[in-house]
Amino acid sequence: MAREGIDLSTVDAVRALEAGKYTAGFTTDIEQEFAPKGLSEDTVRFISAKKDEPQWMLDWRLEAFRRWQTMEEPSWAMVRYPPIDYQDATYYAAPKNAAKYKSLDEVDPEILETYKKLGIPLREQETLLGVAGAPRIAVDAVFDSVSVLTTFKKELAQAGVIFCSISEAVREHPDLVKKYLGSVVPTTDNFFATLNSAVFSDGSFVYVPQGVRCPMELSTYFRMNAQGSGQFERTLIIVDKGGHVSYLEGCTAPMREENQLHAAVVELVALEDAEIKYSTVQNWWPGDVDGKGGVYNFVTKRGDCRGARSRISWTQVETGSAITWKYPSCILRGDDSSGEFYSIAITNGRQQADTGSKMIHLGRNTKSRIISKGISAGRAQNTYRGLVSIHGKAANARNFTQCDSLLIGDKCGAHTIPYVEARNVSAKLEHEATTTKLSEDQLFYMRQRGIPEEEAVALLVNGFVREVLQQLPMEFAVEAQKLVAVSLEGSVG
Amino acid sequence: MLSVSDLHVSVGAAEILKGLTLSVPAGEVHAIMGPNGAGKSTLSYALTGREGYEATQGAVTLEGRDLLAMTPEERAAAGLFLSFQYPLEIPGVPTMTFLKAALNAQAKARGEPELGATEILKRVRARAGELRISAEMLKRPLNVGFSGGEKKRMEILQMMVLEPRFAILDETDSGLDIDALRIVADGVNALRAPDRAMLVITHYQRLLDYIRPDKVHVLVSGRIVDTGGPELALRLEKEGYDKYLAAA
Ligand SMILES: Nc1ncnc2c1ncn2[C@@H]1O[C@H](COP(=O)(O)OP(=O)(O)OP(=O)(O)O)[C@@H](O)[C@H]1O
Ligand SMILES: [Mg+2]
Repeated sequence: MAREGIDLSTVDAVRALEAGKYTAGFTTDIEQEFAPKGLSEDTVRFISAKKDEPQWMLDWRLEAFRRWQTMEEPSWAMVRYPPIDYQDATYYAAPKNAAKYKSLDEVDPEILETYKKLGIPLREQETLLGVAGAPRIAVDAVFDSVSVLTTFKKELAQAGVIFCSISEAVREHPDLVKKYLGSVVPTTDNFFATLNSAVFSDGSFVYVPQGVRCPMELSTYFRMNAQGSGQFERTLIIVDKGGHVSYLEGCTAPMREENQLHAAVVELVALEDAEIKYSTVQNWWPGDVDGKGGVYNFVTKRGDCRGARSRISWTQVETGSAITWKYPSCILRGDDSSGEFYSIAITNGRQQADTGSKMIHLGRNTKSRIISKGISAGRAQNTYRGLVSIHGKAANARNFTQCDSLLIGDKCGAHTIPYVEARNVSAKLEHEATTTKLSEDQLFYMRQRGIPEEEAVALLVNGFVREVLQQLPMEFAVEAQKLVAVSLEGSVG
Repeated sequence: MLSVSDLHVSVGAAEILKGLTLSVPAGEVHAIMGPNGAGKSTLSYALTGREGYEATQGAVTLEGRDLLAMTPEERAAAGLFLSFQYPLEIPGVPTMTFLKAALNAQAKARGEPELGATEILKRVRARAGELRISAEMLKRPLNVGFSGGEKKRMEILQMMVLEPRFAILDETDSGLDIDALRIVADGVNALRAPDRAMLVITHYQRLLDYIRPDKVHVLVSGRIVDTGGPELALRLEKEGYDKYLAAA
């Protein structure tokens, strides 16, 4: 019954929404401060100085920057875009006086209004989307290049949990940052990760100490507002032995005619028996129907199951961005550790997505599971690209991979590219893949029963993605479901 | 109740219905018989508004309302139901969820209050019981992997739950085993009412033993070429359509 309840609430949500509207597309008009346009060592120094960073952090950035200058942009992904002029962007944008507001009263009212419009609770007594009875969620609000506010810090500190912006962590918790930053995604990892290491702006830092279950959901909302600026999110989550955390991130951006770059790095570290559940609802501006504008979302997300029996689970709902290039991965280093990846990737209009997961099995008895649901409509291209790699010492490794594609209309494309490497004969790998075409005949059948077309699409799509939506925390699932419906509006007929 | 006059329907470049006239008053059940390719399914699609079935001439009204001006979902809300000759599979949508969505969409379109979830559940379970459809089957995605006969039974279940004013059954008897045929016929008979009418398309006289039609029409080459009582079906079974085809 509960499941059916979700279906019907989606249908209502679809009804309530205006056709083809990207509701997060507004701009916030506030005074902002920018780095000079362009990218050089000076830019890196500027950002570091703005953030009051210690010398070691600046050195780390500069080393990455020098490295980046020798690297080439990757071209293997199934995405097409004109060359990016890295000198024609701004690498730091922040609301004036943003030296982190100490309390809600200091935050610029325009910014408060922005988060309110997006349904994100910045007052500790508020709940997500104003839903009565929804559990409380601690929020780190990142506006362009800076974190403007983090809620529930005191309550979390009482439990021993550190939840703050990465900028603050660099200053306040240097030992933890030095120990773990770049330990999962090295600065040399790939073109975009190296760029991020040089110019990363803000993101969240989480440390959950040994044996602690984080008492509430943690979340970060990324908002790209300033014109012509890139956003370089950097997030680091460490869960010590036996600890547990569930973390959510949400992303939106205004409608802009030019493309904006979002190159993020997220690193997760799970020590012995620790568990990290990381969920993303990505709804960056996808560009208009003709493919003008939209965010380039080039993201490196990786989790390290460093300790025995640790668990990392990635859940993503990717509906926005003009281009998505993203492969949340797990390194299953600890014996008996497990990694999961649940994904819904929706492309409509001219959107392109090349996304999937890598599961690297190093330890014994490691398990991984990949469930990918790709939906393609309009003239969009959707590619699942995955790697399951079983190393020589990974005895009894298991993987289950399922990749399902749903095509709406006949001008879009879906591609599945699963790579497998097995160097241990005891490995058990299963792979299933399906492609379904949503046909005019099916829609007519449903309309003959009285179900209007948009609602029919929503029902079919919901059925298709249900398995993944169920992985999201409840209040997020409802929001994600609305998003799924909205992002497919106008995809038929 | 349903009135079709001089209906011409083209599919692509081909004209399939060529001036079809038919009238089914409230309270009656009519049968349509005719050779393969005569245009029976075309008629059912034209009445329900399937895209690509273009009415180039003629008129269709249901209780005085102009059907041809309405979208498929509006026609459904007006009480028109089609049991498909080839029911579609609806992946990922459990039958129960599907029926709930259909009932509520129709109620909403008619400006009626939506039914509660428990009420719907009760209604569907009761009808499913009559049709010997298991509770397990209601949880499965509609028609996905169902046998031909099971799909036909699902069509009848949907009809019984939606309680349409006018139902078209396009070869619902094909593919049914002997017991299922009787169960389906019982279902259809149970729906007979003074304010409801039905059009039953079939190739076999056998169904008409169970569902006694008020009239039988012969559809050949896009037109109704003969109309009679139930005895006409018996005669067609013996003589076939040669006589009509020769004349056409
Ligand atoms: N898309 C189409 N393009 C051209 N001709 C079509 C198309 N669809 C159907 N037809 C033709 O229209 C005619 C009528 O088809 P229809 O399905 O209505 O027949 P029917 O009377 O239902 O036959 P059966 O008893 O086999 O179900 C057939 O000759 C068929 O080939
Ligand atoms: Mg037919």
